[in-house]
Amino acid sequence: MNASAKTARMTYREAMRQAIREALQRDPRVFLMGEDVGRYGGCYAVSKGLLEEFGPERIRDTPLSESAFVGAGIGAAMGGMRPIVEIMTVNFSLLALDQIMNNAATILHMSGGQFNIPLVIRMATGAGRQVGAQHSHSLEGWYAHIPGLKILAPAVIEDARWMLWTALEDPDPVLIFEHQTLYNMEGELPAGSGPVDIEKAIVRRPGTDVSLISYGGSLHKVVQAAEQLAPMGINAEVVDLRVLRPLDNATIIESVTRTHRALIVDEGWRSGSISAEVSARIMEGAFYELDVPVGRVCTAEVPIPYAKHLEDAALPQVPVIVETVRALMGSNG
Amino acid sequence: MALQTLSQKSQPRAEHDLGLLRDMIRIRRFEEKCAELYSASKIRGFLHLYIGEEAVAVGAMGALGPDDNLVATYREHGHALIRGVPATSILAEMYGKQEGCSRGRGGSMHIFDAAHRFYGGNAIVGGGLPIAVGLALADKLQGRSQVTACFFGEGAVAEGEFHECMNLAALWKLPVLFCCENNLYAMGTALKRSESETDLCLKASSYEIPAWPVDGMDVTACEEAAKRAALAVRAGDGPCFLEFRTYRFRAHSMFDPQLYREKQEIEEWKKRDPIELYQNRLREQGTLSDADLKGIEDESAAEVAKAVEFAEAGTWEPIEDLTRFVYSDKTNP
Repeated sequence: MNASAKTARMTYREAMRQAIREALQRDPRVFLMGEDVGRYGGCYAVSKGLLEEFGPERIRDTPLSESAFVGAGIGAAMGGMRPIVEIMTVNFSLLALDQIMNNAATILHMSGGQFNIPLVIRMATGAGRQVGAQHSHSLEGWYAHIPGLKILAPAVIEDARWMLWTALEDPDPVLIFEHQTLYNMEGELPAGSGPVDIEKAIVRRPGTDVSLISYGGSLHKVVQAAEQLAPMGINAEVVDLRVLRPLDNATIIESVTRTHRALIVDEGWRSGSISAEVSARIMEGAFYELDVPVGRVCTAEVPIPYAKHLEDAALPQVPVIVETVRALMGSNG
Repeated sequence: MALQTLSQKSQPRAEHDLGLLRDMIRIRRFEEKCAELYSASKIRGFLHLYIGEEAVAVGAMGALGPDDNLVATYREHGHALIRGVPATSILAEMYGKQEGCSRGRGGSMHIFDAAHRFYGGNAIVGGGLPIAVGLALADKLQGRSQVTACFFGEGAVAEGEFHECMNLAALWKLPVLFCCENNLYAMGTALKRSESETDLCLKASSYEIPAWPVDGMDVTACEEAAKRAALAVRAGDGPCFLEFRTYRFRAHSMFDPQLYREKQEIEEWKKRDPIELYQNRLREQGTLSDADLKGIEDESAAEVAKAVEFAEAGTWEPIEDLTRFVYSDKTNP
C-alpha cells in the first residue's frame, strides 16, 4: 500500500485504523490483541470493522488481564509473531507494568542480545473528556524513563497513519501513546506521505523568538497559542517531540540555539516529568544560548478531577501558554 | 549429553534409567560446586539452589523435544543444564564473564539460550507465565506443534498473573505444559500460611485445565506424568498442569538462615532424596553397579571441573560495551 498521490481528509481514528489494516495486510505475523478490540470494535472505535475483515484469530479479544495479555504479546513476539497489543488506557497499563518493564524492556539486555522483542503496544493517554482520575493520566513520561523501550506520541494525522508501520519494523518494543482527545480530530493526510521515522522530533511551525516544545494532545494547544502570539509580534517556533524515548536532543538544541528561549508544554505533572528532562537537556546543551530560564507549563499536581472547570484548570491551556510566553519575552526587557 | 534422553525410544531401558540418574547427579554436583564458589566470592548476587528438586527438571524434561520451548524461574540452573545449555556457559554466566550464556548481563537468575529455546531465567515470581502463554500462542498461530513448558514455584500461585494465565491458556487452548514446583515454601512463607486453598491442582482445574499431582521426589513418576501431559498438550487439547510435590534441601538463597522451618522437617524430606531413592531402586533392579555409579560421578566431576576452568579463564566484557543490547543493533550476535 503505497503513499497516495493526493491528500485525503480523515480523522486521527481513521488514520490509526488504516495503519492497523495495512499492517495486517502486509504481514501475516501481525495480529491485534486487547480488550474489546474485536466484537465491540475497540473502546475508541479504532479497530471497528477489522474483526469482520480479518477474523478472530488476528483481531483477538482478550479477558481483562493486562499483565497476561501484554506478557503474551512479549512471548508471541519472541516466538516470531509481530503483535500489536492495545491497552485501553495508560492507567490500565500499570497492571502490566511488570511485564513491560521487567520483561519487554529488559530481556534483550539480560539475555546478552539473544532475544529481541518486536512488540508494539498502543494505548490511549491524557485528559480532557471528564472521565476522572483513573482514565485521564499522562504517564508516557514515566515510560520514557525506561531504557529498552521506544516511546512514541503521534500528534498529527500523518504520524497516526504512518508511525505504526515503522514501529512494527523495529526489532524492539515500541509503545505508542494516543491522546484520547485526538481520535475525533480531522485533518489532511499530506500527498505522498509515507513511513515516518521514529527517532526525530520535528519543527511543526518555524519561528524565531521562542521554542515551544510539546507533543501529543498538547501540541495542538501550543500551535493555537503560537497563532495567537503572532499578531502580538511574537514569532514562536513549535517543536513536536513525537518520540519521547530516545529524545532527539539535536532538534531541541538547534531550535533553542535559534530562538534563545524555550517553553515546554507537557500534560504530565511537572515533578519528574518529560518536561523536566527536556529542560535539563537544554541547560546541559544550550545554557549559554538562553536569554531567559526555560519555562514550563504542565498539569497541576493533582489527580485529574471530573468536574469540567476543575479538569480544565488542571491541564495546560492556550491562554496560560500565551501568558507564559509573553512573560518569558518580557523578562528579557 | 542432556538431550540424549530425547532419543530414549531407541535406547535400551537400562541406559535410559542410568541417564536419568546421571542427569540428577550432574545438577547436584554442579550446584554443590556453585555453593562452594559462592562462599569463595567467585559467584555473587543471589544464588538459588535446586538441590533436592532434581527429579522434577530431569523427569519433566524427558517429555520435551529440541523444538519445544522452555520458560523457567530464578532457580533454573538444573533446567538449563538438562535442556542442553553447556555447564561451561552457565557457570561463566554466574561468574559474570562475557563467555556466559547471557554475556554476564543476566547472572544466576537470568540464564538465556536461544539455541536451546531456553527463554529464561525470570526473577519475578510468576513473570514467566505470560511469556510462556505468548510463546504457545505464537506456535499455535503459526501452525506448529511445539509445547511450551513453563516452570514456576507454588509461590506464583498467589500472584494474579497465575490466574490470568491459567484462564488465557485454557480459553485459547494453548499448548502450555504448566509445571508447578511445589517445594512448600515461597522464600520463607509456607504454602499453608499463604493460601486459603492449598490444593493447587484444584485451582488449575477450576480453569478447566487437566491437572495432576506428581511425586516430585520420584524421577520416574515425574517423567511419566510429564510425558502423559505433553502428549495431551501436543494433541491440541490445550494446556495441562502438573503439581510436582518436592522440597528444597537448601535455603531459599545463600542469604537465608531458614528460621521459618524446623530442621527435623528438612531431615524427614532428606530421607526421600530423589537421587538416593532412584539410585537404590536401580541397584535393586540390578541396573546400577558400583562401576556405573563411579563412572557417572567421575563424568559429573569432570564436567564441573571443566566448567570451573572455563569460567575462571573467561574474560570481562569491555566497559565500552556497557550500553549494548539495550536496543537491537547490527552488532548483535
